[in-house]
Amino acid sequence: MSAPSLLDQLPGLGDQARRLHAPVRLALLALTVLVSLLLFASTPLQGRVDFVVFVVIAFALVQTGVSFALEGRRHALDRLVSLLVHLALLAAVVPLVSVLSYTVYKGLKKLDGQFLTHNLTGLGPLDTNGGEYHAIIGTLEQVLMATAIAVPLGLLVAIYITEYGKGWLAAAVRFVIDVMTGIPSIVAGLFVFAFWVIGLHRGYSGLAAAFSLTILMLPVVVRSSEEMIKLVPAELREASYALGLPKWKTILRIVLPTASAGITTGTMLAVARVTGETAPLLLTSFITPATNTSPIAGKQTAIPTFIFSQIGLGRPANYDRAWAAALTLIIIVLVLYISARLLTRRNTLTRR
Amino acid sequence: MSKRIVAEDVNAFYGSFRAIAGVSLTIEPNTVTALIGPSGCGKSTFLRTINRLHEVIPGARVEGKVMLDSEDLYGAGVDAVAVRRTIGMVFQRPNPFPTMSIYDNVAAGLRLNGIKNSKVLDEAVERSLRGANLWNEVKERLAKPGAGLSGGQQQRLCIARAIAVEPQVLLMDEPCSALDPISTLAIEDLMTDLKQRYTIVIVTHNMQQAARVSDRTGFFSLEATGEPGRLIEIDTTEKIFSNPSEKRTEDYITGRFG
Repeated sequence: MSAPSLLDQLPGLGDQARRLHAPVRLALLALTVLVSLLLFASTPLQGRVDFVVFVVIAFALVQTGVSFALEGRRHALDRLVSLLVHLALLAAVVPLVSVLSYTVYKGLKKLDGQFLTHNLTGLGPLDTNGGEYHAIIGTLEQVLMATAIAVPLGLLVAIYITEYGKGWLAAAVRFVIDVMTGIPSIVAGLFVFAFWVIGLHRGYSGLAAAFSLTILMLPVVVRSSEEMIKLVPAELREASYALGLPKWKTILRIVLPTASAGITTGTMLAVARVTGETAPLLLTSFITPATNTSPIAGKQTAIPTFIFSQIGLGRPANYDRAWAAALTLIIIVLVLYISARLLTRRNTLTRR
Repeated sequence: MSKRIVAEDVNAFYGSFRAIAGVSLTIEPNTVTALIGPSGCGKSTFLRTINRLHEVIPGARVEGKVMLDSEDLYGAGVDAVAVRRTIGMVFQRPNPFPTMSIYDNVAAGLRLNGIKNSKVLDEAVERSLRGANLWNEVKERLAKPGAGLSGGQQQRLCIARAIAVEPQVLLMDEPCSALDPISTLAIEDLMTDLKQRYTIVIVTHNMQQAARVSDRTGFFSLEATGEPGRLIEIDTTEKIFSNPSEKRTEDYITGRFG
């Protein structure tokens, strides 16, 4: 007869009958709500938000207590932590969903064909018509130009850092890129303003705005591309070298296609980020009520500066325009993001 | 066209660490030569000096001479890229290009080296896949991604990819260590076929495999960790496994490694 093992002291497999099942927990929740309601009616406790917080804390305590008594310590702890994790999820998702839904709710009021196809010329402060056509043109042109400069440049820098750069120069480039990540957007705008708009007498233009956005995009593109290129397994490069492919062809035909899905995602994050930039645009493309289709000369309103100028005017019609423009901005970013994902879909599928 | 490889006093370094020292050996054409030895003894490193793949690792370099017939692969003016075109390689883990289809994987070496004629490519792909004994399994789905094949099929795909550029030498770095016995058997059979046309060098940890497939076997070992690996002896496989000249070889082969 062997000595009783440690395993014998643990509850057997059949001892799990006493569990807090979902209906019981629901009943506990109902009970908590009921008691809380009574407390809020009869004591100085009041307020809707206070009530929700009170119920959540009370329910956490009650459920943990009951679970501890009925199911034991491990299950009680499990229930408590599960509850906390779900609350954290809620705390993260609720603001996100409410920002989106509130923008949709407010924006739809004004967002129509007329709003999308007109600008703000010839309108008095009391007029409620007019639109954001000029701002959409501005945002599309500026972001497109910034992307056209920042993506090839950023990709080349990333390739340099990961594949070619050695020693102090690569370290210096990486350091500068890191510092650039931290540049406040207004400073990027100020730089272009001083250097291009004033210094070279070029004046306000969509191109100047694109330059400032490029400064903001570049570090994001470089860092995300760098990470993605580093993720390409060395075995693939070696397989390519072993076939007698020179290094540049290996990078172009093997490394970049393999990393393309990740690079696109990183690039889209950078695009999404700069599409909403306001501060640098105020210093580089400024604001105008008229449509300016020229990307290289003259003031040009973009959607963020449109929103900014409308909010500054302070009438209900202005707020409606601002909300509708905000909704347009979200839609533009969403469309860009989805189309980029679709473009690289094939690769992600075959990667698996 | 297979060729003879003669290594003379090859030393390979990772930075200041010498991984292999003074390796001299001859690899005969149309044979399978197996390199065996304990982990870290430098047999893979030596294999990678033959196609000049060792030097792509930052800080790595090679001293000594590797002759392919009469040409010194490390001679002045020899292009490492051209060397790798002549000497194909199959790796330990199957590594098909993930963004490419089965067809594109096999055609990759030719296509990326500038051959665009689709008839030539079609023929080369079929010939290589037949050569790698994979054609019948994949001929219906050449456009499907190569990463969707099983591990053994992927490794044969990599062999097809390597022989598509018609190398003179085929290096195999533990090609079966990630495969099951049935796939291993398929690849070992393949090696016997391939040696009619190529010189094959295989690194393996599996001594039964070395005994099964190779004509000659080289034993690498090292004195102690941190010491460079050396070639202890190389001879016909039969002699190495029945009556080796060196005591250390015998100890390793009989499992009394010390």
